[in-house]
Amino acid sequence: MRPAELRTPAIGIDTVEHQAKLLQLWETSPGLKGFFSTVDHKQIGIRYIVTAFIFLGLGGIEALVIRLQLAGPNLSLLTPAQYNQFYSTHGMTMIFLYAAPILSGFSNYLWPLLLGSRDMAFPRLNALSYWIYVASGLFLYAGFLTGNGPNDGWFNYVPNASRDFNPGLNQDFYALGMIFFGISTTVGAANFVVTAFKTRAPGMSINRVPILVWGTLTASVANLLVVPAVSLAFFLLWMDRQFGTHFFDAAQGGQPLLWQHLFWIFAHPWVYAIVLPAMGMVSDGLPVFCRRPLVGYHWVALSTIATMILGFGVWVHHMFATGLPGLGLSFFSAASLLITLPSAVAVFAWLATIWLGRPVINTAFLFFASMIILFVIGGVSGFMTASVPVDWQLTDTYFVVAHIHYVLIGINVFPVVGATYFWFPKMTGRLLDERLGRWNFWTMFIGFNLAFLPMHVTGLLGMPRRVYTYADYGGWGILNLVTSVGSFVFAAGVLLLFVNVARSLKNGREAGKNPWDAPTLEWSVSSPPPVYNFAVIPTVASRHPLWESRLGGAGALSSLDRGMLLDEGKETVGTTAIDAVPERVLEMPQDSVAPALLALGLSLCFAGLLLKLWLPAGAGAGLAALAILAWLWPRTDLREREPSRG
Amino acid sequence: MADAVISSPASLPVGPMGRHGVGWWGAGTLIASEAALFAYLLFSYYYTGATAPAGWLLEPRPSLKLALPNTLLLLLSSVFAWWAEQGVLKARRPQALLGFAAAVLMGSGFAAVQWLEWQAKSYGLGTSNYASLYFVTTGFHMAHVIVGLAVLIALFVWTALDYFSRRRRLVVSAGVLYWHFVDAVWLFVFTTYYLTPYLGFAR
Repeated sequence: MRPAELRTPAIGIDTVEHQAKLLQLWETSPGLKGFFSTVDHKQIGIRYIVTAFIFLGLGGIEALVIRLQLAGPNLSLLTPAQYNQFYSTHGMTMIFLYAAPILSGFSNYLWPLLLGSRDMAFPRLNALSYWIYVASGLFLYAGFLTGNGPNDGWFNYVPNASRDFNPGLNQDFYALGMIFFGISTTVGAANFVVTAFKTRAPGMSINRVPILVWGTLTASVANLLVVPAVSLAFFLLWMDRQFGTHFFDAAQGGQPLLWQHLFWIFAHPWVYAIVLPAMGMVSDGLPVFCRRPLVGYHWVALSTIATMILGFGVWVHHMFATGLPGLGLSFFSAASLLITLPSAVAVFAWLATIWLGRPVINTAFLFFASMIILFVIGGVSGFMTASVPVDWQLTDTYFVVAHIHYVLIGINVFPVVGATYFWFPKMTGRLLDERLGRWNFWTMFIGFNLAFLPMHVTGLLGMPRRVYTYADYGGWGILNLVTSVGSFVFAAGVLLLFVNVARSLKNGREAGKNPWDAPTLEWSVSSPPPVYNFAVIPTVASRHPLWESRLGGAGALSSLDRGMLLDEGKETVGTTAIDAVPERVLEMPQDSVAPALLALGLSLCFAGLLLKLWLPAGAGAGLAALAILAWLWPRTDLREREPSRG
Repeated sequence: MADAVISSPASLPVGPMGRHGVGWWGAGTLIASEAALFAYLLFSYYYTGATAPAGWLLEPRPSLKLALPNTLLLLLSSVFAWWAEQGVLKARRPQALLGFAAAVLMGSGFAAVQWLEWQAKSYGLGTSNYASLYFVTTGFHMAHVIVGLAVLIALFVWTALDYFSRRRRLVVSAGVLYWHFVDAVWLFVFTTYYLTPYLGFAR
């Protein structure tokens, strides 16, 4: 029978029979097969989150070893070579394997629920992005565990990274691993961009999406455009090291600064990519506990985009000390100073939301609200180093280390832990323990500031970063001891989070649909949500569908229990990019092992390239090509081709 | 609008229709990312060239004898890919098959001539910084040509199997778009390596 090319979606209400029908259409098969083939964004999101937290733990342990080594002057727990690998692997782990994937995890889990959809735009691509993330993480850690971890800092400057100075496999693991990881980021970003524009619930015009969507969307657009820069840089480095090219070696007419440009063209926007979605978590979570909508929604959304646009033009502020022409420095300095303006918009919007609201103080609120303080401290130290003369004083000292940790822990980890308290009940059906949560918060907050506030002084006193030990010049010893103590307190705080999660999974209080009385769509479905998310597709008339009765205001109301049924197949609705008017019924793919096989093929290929074993490399590439072909083979059930005409 | 969605739902296409569908957006995002990759490759050329001492440019007057006709050949292959897409669009299968076959042949011809270009160079990958840039940039493009040819061959096979119609053809349009991209990006590579020396860059 020819499937219909046009259909008027049936409108109805949620019934038990309807739910049973949807469950049958959407359910993942049990066992190993289901494990490797699922494309459910909720399962993928939780896997992302768990994996990223494991990497947070690993990176944290590395940090503690570093802090033991630095706890006093002239210690020798680590050799200089080991120290290089520990701090470089710590940076790589936290910045690439934790900070971005954790946000992808939350966004993967939450987006379709926030947007009133049944899955991401490309569910199989979503699975691919996760499998490659895991595979590249294992690849990079295989290097570290065999003594071949990165050893030139996370930004890996040449000529230190070139073969003459770095003959081992360390840099080859890092270079190929980062190219591999970049594929995961890129396909994930493409998925977020299309999902944001094409699969929102009817009526959810672009000015009604939660700020988290703005944050991840902005970060994803940036990632699409800047990840190729770092992948290229690492590829050229690998060519220089293994195939005798001369991109970076000055002796042969190469340009060492090209590495720094390509790296920072990527890495500065990347810093925004790993904070903007976290800022979105605060913009969405904080108002729930202030019992009012976010103040200045439009301003915060626009400032998110403005931050990223300016963020493309500030990379040279990482290179002020490299002897570039003064005119260039002035431009990049000005852009870097200017970027504080959109950041300040968000800060004032959050403060106003607390000020005008009736705050409910709980663990999630504390994490979200404390982020504002940490953001301001990290922002001010960033503002300082945006000035060229100040930067010349502070570059390569612990001041910069303090700054980056205020930014990344303050604006990523604190919101993420807050988000865990906030959305854990949605993901598991159980609340995290509030009493333990308070301990969790205060241990982390005190430990963090104890560790990193004095570090600014360490830097101002001139202690250089990345040196494996030091003599006790004017107070460096005691400052470092305080930092080391603080870091252990902070780590204990993070451990309390893991303890709380483990305990609450079993014994936590039942959450119900909407434990926080929050306004957005994810709280309108059960906790955890059914595999198909929404039994009927919600139709949205405002930014706060669940608060409409109390916020009042004119106009239509959202309709959550009556709407499109879409139960004639694995379907959801596609809408227009700006106004979210329904424009097509989307046929969603079934579970598939193609993504996992593709990731496996690529793993084999990269391992072969690393060891210069061309046969396995070719076999891996062949497997990957076959997986892609099977994946893209046009199928009638997805309406990608005509039914057979016989 | 919210009321209308429920009270008077519109008739909607099921799945992709013509070149409209989420797949089209997906192809667009990946092409944007690929275009950025080439932008960084060319940035590397211009940045290094602008800061290099005299003598960096190995070919101040690159020969256009093969490169220019080859460029035209590649562009012509794009025209045939477009013509093949029109064949699918108008349900003329022979036209579509002929178009894809011609595009594949011309694309392969481009790759072969490019291979001859490489062989004829007096320098190799490791001769100098310029040589490395030249071979890696054109090599990246060659890799994209090969992927593009694989896509065109898949489209040829799928068309031969009668998978498409004017309504169900998103895959065709996305694949042809990719081929146009591969050709368009060559114009930038060609301009950079073959034409800007005549304009005086890095001479």
